[in-house]
Amino acid sequence: MTGYFLRRALVLLSTLLAASLVVFVVLQVLPGDPAALMLGTGARPDTLAALRHHLGLDAPAWLRYLRWIFGILRGDFGISYTYNVPVAELVRQRSALSVPLALLAIVLSTAIAIPVGVFAAARRGSVRDAALMGAAQVGVAIPNFWLGILLILLFAIHLPWLPASGFPGWGEGLWPGLRALILPALALALPQAAILARVTRAAVIETLGEDFVRTARAKGLTRGAALWRHAVPNALIPVVTLIGLQFSFLLAGTVIVENVFTLPGLGRLVFQAIAQRDLIVVQDLVVLLAGSVILVNFTVDLAAAAIDPRQRRPGA
Amino acid sequence: MTRMLLAVALGATLLAGAAQAKDTLTVGMVLEPPHLDPTAGAASAIREVTYGNIYEGLTRIDHRGEVRPALAESWSISPDGLTYKFRLIGGVKFHDGTPFDCSIVKFSYERAVAPDSVNAQKQLFEPIESTTCPDPLTAVVKLKRPTSLFLFDMAWGDAVMISPKSAATNKTNPVGTGPFRFKQWIKGDRVEMVRNPDYWGAQPKLKAVTFKFIADPAAATAAVLAGDIDAFPLFPAPEAIDQFKSDPRFAVHIGTTEGKTILALNNARKPFDDIRVRRALAYAIDRKALIDAAQSGYGKPIGSHYVPTDPGYVDLTGVYPYDPAKAKALLAEAGIKPGTEITIMLPPPSYARRGGEVIAAMLDQVGIKAKLVPIEWAQWLDQVFMRSDFDATIISHTEARDLDIYARDKYYFNYHSPQYKALYQKFVEAIDPKTQLDLIGQLQKKLADDEPNVFLFALAKVGVANAKLRGLWDNDPLPANVVAGVSWAD
Repeated sequence: MTGYFLRRALVLLSTLLAASLVVFVVLQVLPGDPAALMLGTGARPDTLAALRHHLGLDAPAWLRYLRWIFGILRGDFGISYTYNVPVAELVRQRSALSVPLALLAIVLSTAIAIPVGVFAAARRGSVRDAALMGAAQVGVAIPNFWLGILLILLFAIHLPWLPASGFPGWGEGLWPGLRALILPALALALPQAAILARVTRAAVIETLGEDFVRTARAKGLTRGAALWRHAVPNALIPVVTLIGLQFSFLLAGTVIVENVFTLPGLGRLVFQAIAQRDLIVVQDLVVLLAGSVILVNFTVDLAAAAIDPRQRRPGA
Repeated sequence: MTRMLLAVALGATLLAGAAQAKDTLTVGMVLEPPHLDPTAGAASAIREVTYGNIYEGLTRIDHRGEVRPALAESWSISPDGLTYKFRLIGGVKFHDGTPFDCSIVKFSYERAVAPDSVNAQKQLFEPIESTTCPDPLTAVVKLKRPTSLFLFDMAWGDAVMISPKSAATNKTNPVGTGPFRFKQWIKGDRVEMVRNPDYWGAQPKLKAVTFKFIADPAAATAAVLAGDIDAFPLFPAPEAIDQFKSDPRFAVHIGTTEGKTILALNNARKPFDDIRVRRALAYAIDRKALIDAAQSGYGKPIGSHYVPTDPGYVDLTGVYPYDPAKAKALLAEAGIKPGTEITIMLPPPSYARRGGEVIAAMLDQVGIKAKLVPIEWAQWLDQVFMRSDFDATIISHTEARDLDIYARDKYYFNYHSPQYKALYQKFVEAIDPKTQLDLIGQLQKKLADDEPNVFLFALAKVGVANAKLRGLWDNDPLPANVVAGVSWAD
């Protein structure tokens, strides 16, 4: 097990290093000068030079890369060019929205998808199965930003129950914060739930046909007991893997939904930072997000190993 | 009976409480400012939050674009136009308690021209030779040469008064002398400010003001409809305006801006070095149809690099009326074959992206194939503005009265005219206001004659607000949302 951890840690580190190098090189090639963007069209060359020097942009590329990497190793992620505050602080502020939002969405989508998927599998071929899977098909097809706009029209304008956009911050209390996250979490969760329900249904149907389920039934277990105690746990591996993938997506892949609801999350931070050539923020975020995806995948592997002992064997 | 009276009285009290005028305001903006120091960055959003609210300069620009006294209550100018003597308002304090006096003026102006200055409009301060303080409430500014727009320039957001104590931290914790104090900034969402009880001028009616940032047009519409936003002065969804016009809860404010939208041409590149080609393009574009199609009809045609609301405006929209036949003839004369390709760079705003489609169709009518290349701001600044590597681009120049850009030695569209330069120099050195206005007219005419760029239209300010709001600026003489005079009608 220790060897397994060490191997994984080594893979993790080298992936991160590769990611950092790739993003740095790509941003060097990308046209656009952060200083010019900040000072606009009226800036004089000497002002631009002063700002470039102030930002440390006048150093050669290799030196900037090394400064950045060694800074991170010391826990210093640098100062955002545009916001002029430490990147670590920006990430902390934005994570306070993105992490709870992703968790809320994942909990909602799992809570909806697993019962629906298992139910549909247990009643495979019935009208209710067809209806549920039809609904799931629609859910897969609906883009989340469009669903978001529909939700706003219904629950913020037609029925003024929830705010249309924005996030007051957790400083205003738990409920105002949660209230602002309900609609975006739903907009994110429903399409994800649709995909998850279909995968759950397929996986459960597959295990229902396995010998051990027949054996369980032959031992005298009821259909329900055989389903929940034997078929569902064995069907969970693809489901957990998918949840892991969805969580990685939800952390940063929510740019569009964050725009629709004007949420100050990580996705929008990356988007703005790219548009404003806030290079240091882009670099840090790409590395952080790559790190979190690797970490989530690692956690999923561990979870899969916990569910299925066969996966713990080396070489498996 | 008594009980009923009581109930009525109670009801009346409750109603009175509910009807009490609101004293907070939430203003919507598309872009969030990168930081809150207008002396260290070009972004309009910085000024739209802070100008006249948090920071003030010696002079200010009012809603009509005229120069007014601000922290200088009066001034006198020497006959040679070289010495400005400002009389400062006494007893003014910054939000952190620092007293405002001449030393602040000296500090602010000297900081802007220092070698390590990152002031985005450093050239505004370049004419200043020295700032001296004969007494704490008198500031004497000596210029190297007469500068006709000096008082106007010193009203820009880039020239606001900064306290040395807070200069380094204004980006995240802005401290000024204005009617509102900074309270907090929830990054990515909003900036909050509260009334400054120690303000030297008239107390604002509003107790608190929030600027909220919503980039998505659909989300902006939803937020105004839901009442989350009271006013959206530069509303990003012109197609939704009719919906607000027909709703009595809202008022639509149509005003003017300083935005001169042009089809900028690279005068150093063939075929735009030929005046006949530039004039042909001007004849080929139907400005009215362009405004209707790309701007939902909001905006006014212009015939030079000057907007109708600025002093000394001359209507030159008749110089190149829409005339495709004449355009074709001029192109043929210049030896441009039908089917010639040009590339038009389109930055993100809709005037460029939508306008580009319309202009391409119009150019097609006269035999020019326009290839449209959408690019983002960073790339536009780098490739078009800094390196002049382009054929044509659509861009709105939003700086007020910026006729000087055509007199610069190096500017991205590469217009070089010794006559224009001489004329501009005469304008800069003119002291008599009448001569100034006359020269402004001559400058506009010279540009319309040479047509270095195709002048299209003045960008309109299209805003949506709660119908009960009073005192919002309809026009945008400079990037600002001055809310000191805003109140709610009962």
